[in-house]
Amino acid sequence: MSESEANPMDIDYVSNLARIELSESEKEKFRGQLGDVLKYFEKLKEVDVDGVDPTAHAFPRFNVWDQDQVKEPFAVDQALQNAPQSRNDQILVPKVVEE
Amino acid sequence: MSSAILLEKTAVELSDLLGKREITSEEITKAFLKQINRIDDQVHAFLHLDEQDFLTQAKDSDKRRAQGKSLSRLDGIPVALKDVISVKGQPLTAASKILENYISPYDATVTRKLKEAGAVIGGRLNLDEFAMGSSTENSAYGPTRNPWNLNCVPGGSSGGSSAAVAAREVPLTLGSDTGGSIRQPASLCGVVGMKPTYGMVSRYGLAAFASSLDQIGPFSKTVEDAALLLEIISGHDPLDSTSFPTEIPSYTQKINETIEPCTLGLPKEFFGEGMDNEVRNSIEKAVEFYRTLGHRIVEVSLPTTDLAVPVYYVIATAEASSNLARYDGIRYTSRSNRAKNAVDVYAKSRGEGFGEEVKRRCILGAYGLSSGYYDAYYLKAQKTRTLIREDFNRVFKEVDAIITPTSPTPAFEFGSKSDDPISMYLSDIYTISTNLAGLPAISVPCGFTEANLPIGLQLIGRAFNESSLLKIAHAYDREHKFGCFSPPLAKE
Repeated sequence: MSESEANPMDIDYVSNLARIELSESEKEKFRGQLGDVLKYFEKLKEVDVDGVDPTAHAFPRFNVWDQDQVKEPFAVDQALQNAPQSRNDQILVPKVVEE
Repeated sequence: MSSAILLEKTAVELSDLLGKREITSEEITKAFLKQINRIDDQVHAFLHLDEQDFLTQAKDSDKRRAQGKSLSRLDGIPVALKDVISVKGQPLTAASKILENYISPYDATVTRKLKEAGAVIGGRLNLDEFAMGSSTENSAYGPTRNPWNLNCVPGGSSGGSSAAVAAREVPLTLGSDTGGSIRQPASLCGVVGMKPTYGMVSRYGLAAFASSLDQIGPFSKTVEDAALLLEIISGHDPLDSTSFPTEIPSYTQKINETIEPCTLGLPKEFFGEGMDNEVRNSIEKAVEFYRTLGHRIVEVSLPTTDLAVPVYYVIATAEASSNLARYDGIRYTSRSNRAKNAVDVYAKSRGEGFGEEVKRRCILGAYGLSSGYYDAYYLKAQKTRTLIREDFNRVFKEVDAIITPTSPTPAFEFGSKSDDPISMYLSDIYTISTNLAGLPAISVPCGFTEANLPIGLQLIGRAFNESSLLKIAHAYDREHKFGCFSPPLAKE
């Protein structure tokens, strides 16, 4: 038995990590489909990567600096034009602190 | 000149006509608008079109020309953009419900460059939601249909961009390619589509899917047109830290220079099982053509080929789950009205706003990055990605370009793969490895099946050597011009 069959993805745990609410029917569907995808990923287990460095970018560039210049920032109304709720030039969100 | 004739012209031909004052940008733009209004309810390439703005830009171009102040060869030529590329003041939905009401507050760098070149920018083109898919069936606003057969998908994710050029609704479009999202739809719709080297075109203002793989690139009828659009949008941009500082030559000039005999590689792993016979025959004919031009054809080996799809889906979903965290229901997306607290806002807004494939990929990505699985999935995939790059590096010591089909099959029917993620993922099997290696690649139309569906030839080139790749592609394309065949639907 492969590892992913032994430990199927805990869909409640992972969807919470991803901050995505799923319906029961979506959970059911994804459990099967993602299980198949993970089985397909097993191919990677056979690859010998001993001593191989990881690639994060095909042509990595390091220490890319911008000039430290003052530029015109977004105006408040521009920055807020897509906010779902705003008031007094600020984005409005539900209360974050506990009662 | 009748509008039916105008629609068939390449961008280079339209540009020449404008230069000779035989036509105006307004006439060109009106002809394409008429075509959009005539057939887009069938094709559904466009998600949004501001006709007035489109025409105003065309008239402005004509005024510039009348004063002898034309900005470039693209001045006055209509270009439409995939709905993930920002145009200030225009919607950008990424074909997602979560960005239903979003208006871009700024221009992407490619948009700025097009504006500075005088291009007439109009229309937002359909795609798979957040560019995740290979069929455009994942759009929250309904699929795009293949102009060659309305029962078939146009490919994806840039299906709107490929279908719009194929349906003669616009001469040029831009798309984005993360694992084949420009080349595969170009192949399925019978047009040219090119993914440049990673870092050649700025990603600033492109809604990110997988940042280490995404590149913006052109769609057109011919390789020459792709060269024209590419030379305008390429170049270093301080606003994208992965953008590469390199000289951009005039590709349109380069491709018309005499081509030296070169060596073209056929990777044996690509020509195995799973390839449609008509596709195979068509590619073999193209290879034969290159041989008659005096180029050397050799068999090469890319032994990591079968690892590209799993490596890609681990890396791309991991990057996506991180990139799409910004769509949080707080700052600029729609927000669920069922949310009671902050975490609820995230989870419910994303649950309501994202479609199925986007949820699937974000969850898969979060899993691959999660504690206990990171080494087995993400890190292992990144190391395997190194092996894939090294494979290509080795082969490119011997050859100037690699020839493969773009897609293992021609366009498939709606619904035939949408419930089977793996079979959908495998439709990108020939295109994915070039994104992992960062290499430039182009899909050039190379014939049709018995059922009159287009077939595409993929040419992969050396990094940062677009000139040579375009030249090799142009050598085939100028003698065949399969991208200049129009689907019956596009003709009046």
